[in-house]
Parts: sequence; C-alpha cells; structure tokens
Amino acid sequence: MLDKKHIGHKFNAFTATVEAGKIRLFCKAIGEDNPIYSDEKAAKAAGYRAIPAPPTFLTALTNDDPDKGGLLRLLNVDIGLILHGEQHYEYLAPVHVGDRVTCQSQVMDIYDKKGGALWFVVSEAELKDEATGKLVAKARGVTVVRNPNAGKS
Amino acid sequence: MANAPKFADVKVGDEIPKLVLPPISRHQLALYCGGSGDHNPIHVDIDFAKKFGFKDVFAHGMLSMAFLGRVVTGWVPQKQVRGLGTRFTSITWVGDVITVSGKVTGKREANGEKVVDLEVRCTNQNGQDTLQGHATVALV
Repeated sequence: MLDKKHIGHKFNAFTATVEAGKIRLFCKAIGEDNPIYSDEKAAKAAGYRAIPAPPTFLTALTNDDPDKGGLLRLLNVDIGLILHGEQHYEYLAPVHVGDRVTCQSQVMDIYDKKGGALWFVVSEAELKDEATGKLVAKARGVTVVRNPNAGKS
Repeated sequence: MANAPKFADVKVGDEIPKLVLPPISRHQLALYCGGSGDHNPIHVDIDFAKKFGFKDVFAHGMLSMAFLGRVVTGWVPQKQVRGLGTRFTSITWVGDVITVSGKVTGKREANGEKVVDLEVRCTNQNGQDTLQGHATVALV
C-alpha cells in the first residue's frame, strides 16, 4: 500500500515561534496548572529564563508546519486511517517562550505487518534554535496506517 | 512545585507520585486539537470518526503523552528531564479515567550527569495500559 521509495525523504524546514498564549491553551487542555507555564515571574523564580515549553509542547511546534499534512500527501494516505504508534523525545536544551525553533523532518523507515494490514512510517524531526543553530531536541514518531483493503483482491 | 529528589535517595523500584485524572471529555479533546495543532477531525468530529469505523471520537495519543510529561514534571523540575518516549498501546475513549504512574528502573551516568530511568504508563479504569513509556531525568 505504501511506497518504500519515500524512505529518506526530507521535508522542507520551517521555523515556529514559541508563544505564551499557545502554551497557556496547551496547558489548559492537558490539565497542567503549574504557574511556571503561565506566569513569567513564577518561571524565573523557579530558575527558568522565561516560561518553559512543557515537554510534549514540542508537538505543537512540529505541527506548526505551513505545509501541514505533508507526510500524508507524500504517502497519499487519508487522515482517517492513521494512528499514532510511538513518540520519543530527546531533550538537549531547554525551549522557552520567545524562542524560534527550526524544525526539519525526515522519513526514516516504512514497513508493514500483518500481511499489509498495518503500515508503519518512522519519521524523525530535528529541532534547532534558529538564533544559534544549536540542536535543542530530537523527536522520533511512528505513524501507523490502517489499510482497509488488505486481504481483498 | 516539584522539589527534586536526590540521586542518592532514589532506589530502583521506587514509585513516583501518581496522577488520577478527571474523565476524558469532548471539551478536553477540542481544547487539545487547538492547543496542539493536531487538527485530525477523528478526535473531535463523531461523524468523521464513524465514517472511518470508530464508534466515537477518541483522545489524541499525544494528549495522553502530555499526562506522562505531567507525572514526570510533578516529580522533578522540567529542566531536569532529558528524555520522554512512549508506545501507544490502546485507544483512550471519551469518559475513560486515566491513572498515570511511574517507577524507577535504573540509575546510571550519562554525558557527565547522574540520571535515573523511569517506566511511565497511562492505565484506564479497566486496568488496561493505554500508554507504555519511559523517561530519563537528571538528578544531583
């Protein structure tokens, strides 16, 4: 169902700004009420240079792609057929409100299981501080694609 | 606010404080759709979910992964978190009551720091794991 020729494909890099209001909404959604995520004074008192981005807020940065949905278009997959299989973050430097983070994703692997009923797409994103070029995080995700036509001829 | 535990005081097998969350609501999924930028309608539009064979909308995996983040940053300050990862092992439905737990699985040195490895998980009201994850934190 999926074409393995896309292994190695690199998506266009883009830069996302870490915004206080977006972190506030994210924290409301996840039930996080620690004031370091909403109040700059509390963040500074806790030893941060500004409000920090919560650990999984990086997904909001990588989702801020102006070419949103690029992976699904590349693979020609309907969004209703995907599930999230795995996600892994490596944190190399803190990310704070006001930072601009350049994200670049690449398809690392594509494979199937259960006779093609499920396909797995492994992608990896590198997140770099725009100002310094320093790598701040790596994000590795596995997208599962359901193939409703598997086993039918 | 988390007062960081000390490396010397932490033992393999120690459990970290659990989180028991309110039932997942449709409102929460709508907020997470906007807050995370994951606009997949399958999490917020029941007509769309049914069209693709699901009985109802279901939670974003990354919403539950955020709960793993919360259980870890409830134990150590976020600036000490070095890694967080998970497998999404079953679907979280509207109304599910999720408990988030974690346990120390290892102590070691990495990149000149003392670090502790944890297994972290989300478990639903039926005792089924929805996420099986891991975290690495630096302690002094």
